Amino acid sequence: MSNKTIFPYIPNSVPEIQEAMLKEVGASDVMDLYEEIPKELRVKGMLDLPEPIRDELGIKRHIDKILSKNRNCNEYDNFLGAGCAQHYVPAVCDEIAGRGELLTCYGAETWADHGKYQIFFEYQSMMAELLEMDFLTVPCHCGGQAVSTAFCMSNRITGRKKILVPKTMTPQNLMIAKNYVKSAIEEQALIIEAVEYDPETGEMDLADLRAKLDDKTAAVLIENPNYLGVIESQGEEIGRLAREAGAEFIVYADPITLGVMEAPGNYGATICVGDLHGLGLHLQCGGAQAGYIACRDDMKYMMEFKELVDGVVETTVPGEIGYTVVLMERTHYAMREKGREFTGTQNNLWTAPIAVYLSLMGPKGMQEIGDTIMTKSQYAAMRFSQIPGVKVRFTGTFFKEFVLDYNDTGKTEAEIRQAMLEEKIFSGAALKEDYPELSECALVCVTEMTTMEAVDHMAEALQKAVQG
Amino acid sequence: MHRRPKEVRDVKKIGFLVNPVAGVGGRVGLKGSDGARIQEMAKKLGAVPEASLRALAALQKASGLTDQIVFLTAPGVMGEDVVKQTAFPYEVVGTLPDGATTAEDTIRIAREILESQADLLMFAGGDGTARNVCEAVGMELPVLGIPAGVKIHSAVYAYNTKNAGEALEYFCNESRNRYEEAEVMDIDEEAFRGGTVRAKLYGYMRIPVLHRCMQSVKSGGYSEKEHVAGIAESVVSQMTPGAYYVVGPGTTTIPIMDRLGLPHTLLGMDIVKDGKLIKADAAEKDIYDLTKKGEVYVILTVIGGQGHLFGRGNQQISPRILRAIGRKHCMIVATKSKLLSIAAGRLTVDTGDIELDMELAGYVRIITGYQDSVMFKIES
Amino acid sequence: MRRDYKTYLRRFHEAKWDEEIIFDLSVPGQRGIIVPAAEAQMVEAVGKGSSKIPQGMKRKKLPNLPEVHQMRVNRHFMRLTQEVMGADVTPDLSQGTCTMKYSPKVQEHTAARNENLIDVHPLQDVSTIQGILEIYKKTEEMVCEISGMDAFNFHAGGGAAACYEGACVVRAYHKSRGDDKRDEIITTIFSHPCDAGAPSTAGYKVVTLMPNEDGIPDLEAMKAALSERTAAIFITNPEDTGIFNPRIKEYVDAAHEAGALCYYDQANVNGIMGITRAREVGFDIIHYNLHKTFSSPHGGMGPGCGALGVREFLKPFLPVPRVEKDGEHYYLDYDCPESIGKIRTFMGNAHVVLRTYMWIKQMGAEGIREAAVCSVLNNQYLMKQVSKIKGVEVYYALGKRRIEQCRYSWNKLKEDTGFGTVDVTKRLIDFGMQHYWQSHHPHIVPEPFTLEPTESYSKDDLDEYAAILTEISRECYEEPEVIRSAPHNAPIHAILTDEVDDFDKIAVTWRQWQKRIQAGTMKDA
Repeated sequence: MSNKTIFPYIPNSVPEIQEAMLKEVGASDVMDLYEEIPKELRVKGMLDLPEPIRDELGIKRHIDKILSKNRNCNEYDNFLGAGCAQHYVPAVCDEIAGRGELLTCYGAETWADHGKYQIFFEYQSMMAELLEMDFLTVPCHCGGQAVSTAFCMSNRITGRKKILVPKTMTPQNLMIAKNYVKSAIEEQALIIEAVEYDPETGEMDLADLRAKLDDKTAAVLIENPNYLGVIESQGEEIGRLAREAGAEFIVYADPITLGVMEAPGNYGATICVGDLHGLGLHLQCGGAQAGYIACRDDMKYMMEFKELVDGVVETTVPGEIGYTVVLMERTHYAMREKGREFTGTQNNLWTAPIAVYLSLMGPKGMQEIGDTIMTKSQYAAMRFSQIPGVKVRFTGTFFKEFVLDYNDTGKTEAEIRQAMLEEKIFSGAALKEDYPELSECALVCVTEMTTMEAVDHMAEALQKAVQG
Repeated sequence: MHRRPKEVRDVKKIGFLVNPVAGVGGRVGLKGSDGARIQEMAKKLGAVPEASLRALAALQKASGLTDQIVFLTAPGVMGEDVVKQTAFPYEVVGTLPDGATTAEDTIRIAREILESQADLLMFAGGDGTARNVCEAVGMELPVLGIPAGVKIHSAVYAYNTKNAGEALEYFCNESRNRYEEAEVMDIDEEAFRGGTVRAKLYGYMRIPVLHRCMQSVKSGGYSEKEHVAGIAESVVSQMTPGAYYVVGPGTTTIPIMDRLGLPHTLLGMDIVKDGKLIKADAAEKDIYDLTKKGEVYVILTVIGGQGHLFGRGNQQISPRILRAIGRKHCMIVATKSKLLSIAAGRLTVDTGDIELDMELAGYVRIITGYQDSVMFKIES
Repeated sequence: MRRDYKTYLRRFHEAKWDEEIIFDLSVPGQRGIIVPAAEAQMVEAVGKGSSKIPQGMKRKKLPNLPEVHQMRVNRHFMRLTQEVMGADVTPDLSQGTCTMKYSPKVQEHTAARNENLIDVHPLQDVSTIQGILEIYKKTEEMVCEISGMDAFNFHAGGGAAACYEGACVVRAYHKSRGDDKRDEIITTIFSHPCDAGAPSTAGYKVVTLMPNEDGIPDLEAMKAALSERTAAIFITNPEDTGIFNPRIKEYVDAAHEAGALCYYDQANVNGIMGITRAREVGFDIIHYNLHKTFSSPHGGMGPGCGALGVREFLKPFLPVPRVEKDGEHYYLDYDCPESIGKIRTFMGNAHVVLRTYMWIKQMGAEGIREAAVCSVLNNQYLMKQVSKIKGVEVYYALGKRRIEQCRYSWNKLKEDTGFGTVDVTKRLIDFGMQHYWQSHHPHIVPEPFTLEPTESYSKDDLDEYAAILTEISRECYEEPEVIRSAPHNAPIHAILTDEVDDFDKIAVTWRQWQKRIQAGTMKDA
């Protein structure tokens, strides 16, 4: 017997099998298999990789030990959101998302992976109901990608280049979009311009919008609620202004709000985008972000999507239903470089937990969760603002996030955040980098996960921090 | 929910036409069968009309479709005699005088089939037959050719007889067919019998996109149209003020004229300058004269299948013109699927000037779409 | 009794549930879950939360979501998962270019269940995410060694996204040098379509090279295409044909000479890990598909991770934040003024990076090389078996060894029988194999199919697969009716509509479908 390692994940690492197979392919040594690779390009000896841990128990302990250096949002009271809010994941979501058939499948034909395609279709269908839009593809990488693609779609549809975004746009998304609209051929790049917000309410400054909106504007974006948590109550008016100027009206909506907040499709959105992480997905350190893009039943828009999309069709047996890719020609898979941007591996697995989530919640569940979150967030805001020097920054209505202003406490936001951390509280996200005018402010997020106990805990800790 | 019972598909009206003398020249060593004199000679040499046999074989291949097809067939030897031998229902269209059939008969009856609202015209023959059918129906009626002639250069023919039958099956089973344009080619028969091969582009017809019977899966329909539009966009954006653009024939170049909002000559050369048509259907001399007046660009497409670039269908671009403008002023456009259909994997030039052919050889950039090009080799 | 996989044909039938669409399961009043309510004191203090919503933004009509009890929801989706052929149930050695390998369950259980990953917020104080940052940094170090690159970024959610990220880095690099002329990239037709599609999204014009008889592009063609306008070449090696371009270094050198960067799409790296590296060939920028080569499940197309690797001089252009180490502590570096910014929120798919770390850590240098060797051995062994099948042909570079995959052709079968690659793939499911990968577009090899039997598959798996193809070929010649009406044992019958692009027949959502039924352009199920 040789001393060769037999790998449990490599069945043909058994020397006897290997030898027989080598013989079959006319090779005497494994390196014969590589005769097409010139010798001077070959690695000399072995790669310099760390000592392996081969046994399963060992690797599990090893990784658990490294991960234990993390703290998590169960042991800490979590008030962090900023584009990645913690919501409850129903058990059935995890059950289905963890099914090996789904987890390990890829691009099989429609008849072999029928169940998968039906899940895609149901995901698309339920999201469409939530948004009151008609057409939706499978998810893209993240909300930032979705909004960037919406900008490019608007450019292709209107032939214009100026994009108006709210100054209260999610900074990460803005960063992604700014890169995305660039071009190697500079005259083809799009121009992103920010519209001011009302410093009182936190909503969009309509006067500034009117001043900037013109016949070169391809699209007007609003986030609802915006990054600072404020509900944009002027959505309908903004949409009207945009459309009158011949621009697209893009609404970036948080789907968890849509049981209580108006659907974007009902106040004039021509393209609707957002991030899906709140619907049955875990925080995953930001690794469960996924974007959606939706539009109305209009070919002009449908042709501009970049993702693969599954539609219902008849099989070769009349009356039998299946699903297949429609409008394939848009994507780079068929068109190569003329496709509408690139597509590829994105987030298809997440369609399953999202579809499960929406099926479980139903219309009432979505309404109730909206209510619960808003009640809790209003309570938390009230509670925190009772602390001397702590204020809620904006008067506009908020859904789950709000800006706490620490300017009058005599403490910096960073000091307070640090003090809270010592109390095992992730107290909110800093805003200084992106909003200098909000330098000593924090973005606080409250969801159905936030207990009253946690709110009270933070309030006490805040009180202590402010006094200390 | 209950599944619906099997639905009855629409009955399709398929025009049917056989050139009974197609192919007779081949078996007896004549290069083609066009012209009464050749046919007469072939008969004397003992040729049997075998186009009918091939057409029959194709129909038999699709014999499962007797409840889905009604044939609108040409009379007698031109179709009826074949359909009669199958179980397909049929109606006879047109009349046939006694005696030998002629090209005029093909043209006349094809027109009548077109007028009787057929969904598709299936015909058996060779390049000569395709030319006649093309003259009659042009792009108005989709066609499907059963290869039965000596010369099969045209892209309107199925791979072989059996494939033609299968193509018919797929066409009938498909609820919504899409179409693409295919070239009607023929060679100069006189020159051919003299030993010289000269293929010439005669026109275009529409064929159904039958992915499962054709070589290239994504060769047709929608995507092709978009690629071609992208090519036009690319070319137009590269046009410089003051320069002359000689736009050659082809379905890839026509959209360039469309994009400029100008009329085009189907098989000729049109000259454009600053977005205006300077001359339609220009002759060699017109073009040559321009090379002395200013900057001239020639926009040409590749002829599918054999990959001819110069010397076929664009003889107006003579050696002296090519010498005057240089290779850099030749803008070559073609879709990727067309390039892929070129069997040899390279283009050939045959300007008639061997030295020039050598100079033209090497890698060229072919515009294949919007901001998209392919490097392709020219061989002399 | 042990089966002889060279001849035994599995009698397979996939689950067929004829399952309703979720909307048809809706019974008004039923509910799937009870949502937590706000504590009573909270409600007392602030009232009903949603009453605060400004009038115009209040939802007037509840969303038309289904109302289904929990067991039925679970059953519904469980049935649908049973109608899916993942690699956990079928030897997925047939999806060439996709590198389908076993994703060890120990990785899965950690990535999907460990609360120190799944319940961690990306904006937590850096002192509370040291564990995941350590994983990022150590994984980066390991893939740097495997590739020879100097730095990696893990933000991209897939290979095409990494390729796009790479094109942005190329763009930023040339711009930083004031070189504004370069607006073209060169790729080859057998490279993955994203090598053209992603740079095009970044605004580049694309020049494509075609293969010669050896299946690789001529160096002459490349030289003719290179100019002062070339920003980069984007190529794969081995290409999707499994053919390794032995003169790759000359291509890279020629590109460098023209001032272009060289991008290596390493989607096909599985067979050459530990054998040859991008660095020695001279590439400047590469990407790995962590969900392919480094064993993360594909999830029906994502979530994945495209790891972008660069040489030192391109590191300043990578997205932010970068994970760095300061003595004992890891931190996130946002201070990168030349960075392209971001291409994905937060830090990408941490769970995929974690799986990658675990896989490399388990395999070690020896295991990585063994994986490569066995994937190539498997491919060449399978190639030997498949080439014997009636109707199969191999294009290009005949007699030369392929690396980890091979593109075959059923063109001969098509000529003989009229059946082509689609007909064969339709029948595969009846033997328990979900399908095979044909080819990316355009189909240069006619009637193509591409097999990539990674190291995860045993000799028996390969024999079984070859036996199935042999049987299907026989049926094409002898029992055409069986092929014509296939598949027989799948949840539904074949769908042969190539693509639907007729507006009146497109329904990608339930509501769109209902509209089309009303309008009479589509039928009800």
